[in-house]
Amino acid sequence: MKTLGDVAIGQSGTIVKLHGDGVLRRHLMDLGLIKGTQFKVVKVAPLGDPIEITVRGYELSIRKEEAAIVEVL
Amino acid sequence: MAASQLHVALAGNPNCGKTTLFNLITGQNGYVGNWPGVTVEKKEARLSSDKSVIVTDLPGIYSLSPYSPEERVSRDYLMGGEPDVVVQLIDATNLERNLYLALQVIETGLPVVVALNMADLVEKSGDKIDADVLSRRLGCPVVMVSALKNTGIDRLFAEVRRVAGSKGKAADHCFDSAIEDVLQKIEALLPGSVPAEKRRYWAVKLFERDADAQASVNLTRDAAASVEQLIADCERDCDDDAESIIAGERYAVIAHIMDECVRKAPARMSVSEKIDRVVTNRVLGLPIFLAIMFAVYFIATSSGAIGTAGTDWVNDNLFGEGFELFGVSFPSIPGAIEGWLASIGASELVTSLVLDGIVAGVGAVLGFIPQMFVLFVLLSFLEDCGYMARVAFVMDRVFRRFGLSGKSFIPMLVSTGCGVPGVLATKTIENEKDRRMTVMTTTFIPCGAKLPIIALLMGALVGDAEAAWISPLFYFLGVIAVIASGIMLKKTRLFAGRPTPFVMELPSYHFPSLRSWALHVWERVSAYIKKAFTIIFASTVVVWFLTNFGVASWDGGSGAFGFLPGMAGVPEEFTDYSVLAMLGGAIAWIFAPLGFSSWQATAMSITGLVAKENVVATASSLLHIADGTETDPNLWVAFAGMFPTAGAIAAFGAFNLLCAPCFAAMGTIRAQMNSAKWTAIAIGYECAFAWVVGLMINQFYLAATGVFSIWTVVALVFAALILFQLFRPMPKYAWTDDREPAAAAA
Repeated sequence: MKTLGDVAIGQSGTIVKLHGDGVLRRHLMDLGLIKGTQFKVVKVAPLGDPIEITVRGYELSIRKEEAAIVEVL
Repeated sequence: MAASQLHVALAGNPNCGKTTLFNLITGQNGYVGNWPGVTVEKKEARLSSDKSVIVTDLPGIYSLSPYSPEERVSRDYLMGGEPDVVVQLIDATNLERNLYLALQVIETGLPVVVALNMADLVEKSGDKIDADVLSRRLGCPVVMVSALKNTGIDRLFAEVRRVAGSKGKAADHCFDSAIEDVLQKIEALLPGSVPAEKRRYWAVKLFERDADAQASVNLTRDAAASVEQLIADCERDCDDDAESIIAGERYAVIAHIMDECVRKAPARMSVSEKIDRVVTNRVLGLPIFLAIMFAVYFIATSSGAIGTAGTDWVNDNLFGEGFELFGVSFPSIPGAIEGWLASIGASELVTSLVLDGIVAGVGAVLGFIPQMFVLFVLLSFLEDCGYMARVAFVMDRVFRRFGLSGKSFIPMLVSTGCGVPGVLATKTIENEKDRRMTVMTTTFIPCGAKLPIIALLMGALVGDAEAAWISPLFYFLGVIAVIASGIMLKKTRLFAGRPTPFVMELPSYHFPSLRSWALHVWERVSAYIKKAFTIIFASTVVVWFLTNFGVASWDGGSGAFGFLPGMAGVPEEFTDYSVLAMLGGAIAWIFAPLGFSSWQATAMSITGLVAKENVVATASSLLHIADGTETDPNLWVAFAGMFPTAGAIAAFGAFNLLCAPCFAAMGTIRAQMNSAKWTAIAIGYECAFAWVVGLMINQFYLAATGVFSIWTVVALVFAALILFQLFRPMPKYAWTDDREPAAAAA
């Protein structure tokens, strides 16, 4: 399974599914990360984590650990 | 609606300009930052142009889900029946994501007016938003406003008054027909007591299996079972779970609306993106951050720079020799007061209290204000323009290692100025455990008032108050204390748990409005000034009493208790007979293992608990060095003379820099923790940690010089315990609380 955390910098992709349950999953959905959403990984922080993505026209930073629940294509 | 009162709720995403709008229309001075999540509690105030309108500023939220405390506060308020109208503020530069909350607010069935904020910025970028079409699609009035430039506000409230009379209605927007079918069936199962305009809201919440909604709707057992069957069937048909289905439907509706109302200009790289290319650059990010911080502290604290020049002026002139302005000479404040007291014939006791107690104590604190002011002007700018959110992004990796997130970094930066605004700055950390741990550890960072102590220690240790290498050493000690505490505390039952997710919006950069920037600086400086005039004012009186009152027990003394300098035959060194001396003597045993059992050293630590500003002044008075300051070599020698070894001096320093902060900061901790138990835990931990560190420094120094005792063993045991706690794996119980407390309670 390829996740958001695996996407290289500068690459775009589409969200397939959010795994897991509970707060984090719902929060990501509320932020607009749902099935079919396009995103682009813009950069990674100087120490390698977290990453910054552009999604629905805004910038979101997310740790690789949390990005791992987002299955992407 | 109550007779003539109109309740207006202000809802919106974090960082959409809500607090700016609230301040503008109510004339309130709430603090606004370019940092998601600044309003944690709801605030209420009357409209300045019409006192019959009460505006409630809800916390910034992304959704009306039942998971975070902010979202629950908001939905409870909206559904609680008080608001007559909701003003839904939308950041037009981020329309798509902002509409997600707007749809949910419209679904509540309350009369809603949408305020499109920052529409001017959208037009500048070349995009066009058609407000009329948006209004038709959302089924509610849409008004373009700019909270920053104060435009459109009159029209906004004209609309608010117009819709206030209406009863509210169910939302116009529709989901996919298959989902609408299910929602209609659920609506039909709702009890008849649910009013028509709210049925849609509850149906959607029940579909999402929202536990709060299930509890408040109170379906019959049969109805609940039918609802569950409907949801399960729908989930099977859609091959997705209910929450995802609804979120997907909402964003699908939004995609339609966006298509119709927004004309996008060809994408260009925004200014924000250009700035971010540099400041959060993989290679340059950290060096730029360090350079900015160095510049901030250089401007605020280095000699010759603005902040220090101001501080020196206050200390040397206002509270020193007096000064000349435009050819007129003014006496210093103490000089003026002394003259005035003499002219009214005040007694020696009153003169002593006012000059040595109050003026000296408060003056010492006020001297810091120029430095503090410059520091907060710079830090607040960095925060309000959006850079600090990037700092959290850059530093998160470091802080996560010891269980905190990048957001904990800001309070620590502010604490280098003063712990009081530093502890206050923790309010932007949403997670309770993280916030508590940050409150507990942030005052380990040396604040402005601890710098004279450090200078004195440097003088005593190496004979040079400006030795460049020792000062950073104490900051280093502070940072190590924060890190070690973070790692150790995270493995205790109190703080154990999954690391808090770090999912944070990076707001666009903007130049803060002068008004909100000034408010932010004022909030912090005033916290410090308030501290100077309340707690430090009181504490200097207490310290003055402790050092000047005592028992005349010297040779030929009367043995009576009273004001020592006023007694007959009082020796020059009367503080040896003061209450402070007795108090210091009584508890000096606590510090014997740390190597400083003299009552003077103990007394200095006591006055340090009251306010760290007092320590050097107390040293000078207890050691009988008249007007000794931290740069006075005589004071260094006398100070060093209290301690048997250099190790003991270092232990004294470590204890005083790490132990519980001053009364003012402790009061702020109490307010921020909002719990007596947690305040006690925080202060108890700080003191115990400081004592153990002091013990280890002194005992290991002694051991290195060949002196061993039972305390060497105790120090070794503590060191072993600390190492064990630092390096053992995360204990099992840490992973038993899989869900957040809020969700577990739901």
